[in-house]
Amino acid sequence: MLRIACPWCGVRDESEFRYRGDASKSRPSADAGLKAFNAYVYERDNPKGWHLEWWLHVGGCRKLLTVLRHTLTHEIRWVGGASDQPPEELR
Amino acid sequence: MIVGGGGHGLATAYYLATRHGITDVAVLERGPIGLGNVARNTTIIRSNYFLPDNIRFYELSLQLWEGLERALNFNAMVSQRGTLNLFHTEAQRDLFTRRANQMRLLGVDAQAVSRAQVKALVPLVDLDNGRYPVLGGFLQPRGGTVRHDAVAWGYARGASRAGVDIIEHCEVTALRCVAGRVCGVETARGMIGADTVCLAVAGHSSLLAAMAGLTLPIESHVLQAYVSEALKPVLDVVLTYGAGHFYVSQSDKGGLVFGGAIDGYNTYGQRGTLPMSEEVAAAAVTLLPGLARVKVLRQWGGVMDMTMDGSPIISKTPIEGLIMNGGWCYGGFKAIPAGGLTTAHLIAHGAPHPAAAHLSLERFAAGCTLDERGVGPFPYLH
Repeated sequence: MLRIACPWCGVRDESEFRYRGDASKSRPSADAGLKAFNAYVYERDNPKGWHLEWWLHVGGCRKLLTVLRHTLTHEIRWVGGASDQPPEELR
Repeated sequence: MIVGGGGHGLATAYYLATRHGITDVAVLERGPIGLGNVARNTTIIRSNYFLPDNIRFYELSLQLWEGLERALNFNAMVSQRGTLNLFHTEAQRDLFTRRANQMRLLGVDAQAVSRAQVKALVPLVDLDNGRYPVLGGFLQPRGGTVRHDAVAWGYARGASRAGVDIIEHCEVTALRCVAGRVCGVETARGMIGADTVCLAVAGHSSLLAAMAGLTLPIESHVLQAYVSEALKPVLDVVLTYGAGHFYVSQSDKGGLVFGGAIDGYNTYGQRGTLPMSEEVAAAAVTLLPGLARVKVLRQWGGVMDMTMDGSPIISKTPIEGLIMNGGWCYGGFKAIPAGGLTTAHLIAHGAPHPAAAHLSLERFAAGCTLDERGVGPFPYLH
């Protein structure tokens, strides 16, 4: 069971959340070209290690969270709001 | 050089040697062969897909399964007991009908099954369960199960006898590329040169591709599976539940082998968490309440290459000489014979096999994705 510390609701079980994927991607500018958009839509780093990802707290505050989680140990190191970024030393 | 001694890697080596006469082939495996996903699946074979190109590919696989034991002279316990997909709403019936018609147009077996026939085929099913009553089903009589370990052993023996070297306990630590061309692999036991390197490491494709500087349209997710204590024969077919994600068959030892959906978050951990186990158990008990007190004997997890469109990748890559077989999502087992055959063809001829040309890596940028259910580029939803 993953336990995610929602900044608004406190520590909750993963069953309250919905995973929303890689949070490290940002939408390229409209004139960035096909290659950039292909990378944005389809390509994923898929690291074995620390992964910045979206979790939607559907069973709680319904806010979108940014979570820094390890993809092998499942340890969660940092949780923030949708527009927050983890401190550089944690990544 | 084939990286990965699982089903697809061993099958590729076997077909390279036996169909194309290419025997200067080595299969490198990090641990012992056949202990990855080829040993972790629920052993189901079928070709009941929707997209015509996918139907053709998986049907090729099913036909190869039908002749596999004769070809390998190895008892893989291929059992065409039928796969029965249940539906629970009229909309779902229409969707299944469309899929079955698509299959029949391509000469693949599919038949509608009434509620009464469902009950006759599987007396355990609670047709009028309170949550999602069963309205009927679709049967692919030629679907079934295969003993998964025997598939790895059979292909390995066949490949080995045909002259392929299978090197166990030899982890690839780097891919050596010069001027955009692959020229070998670094391993825990030294460097090995090769003109062609094929990655068959589904679950970990992204990590190997990253060694060559490639980023793939793949996320790694865990899929759990379960087996119950042994029972006397209670289930003759492979049964799938349509109101959740649940599939079950009974092994020849008597255990019920079953599973559900992926846990749904990126992971390389070969284990799952309990919420998905609970969801799978809830589906099982809704459909088969008579089995509510059966004990689960074992649970395990396997790491899946989940692609952005839910379909696999058999393709050349931007690195010359580097071939990829992966992205199997959680349908890799049934595809082993066709995956091996078409990957061998791609290596031998330098051009894709007609049955697998649609599985190229370029399909994403070209807008030709193969999204069976139309859910979009979200691996956790496939």
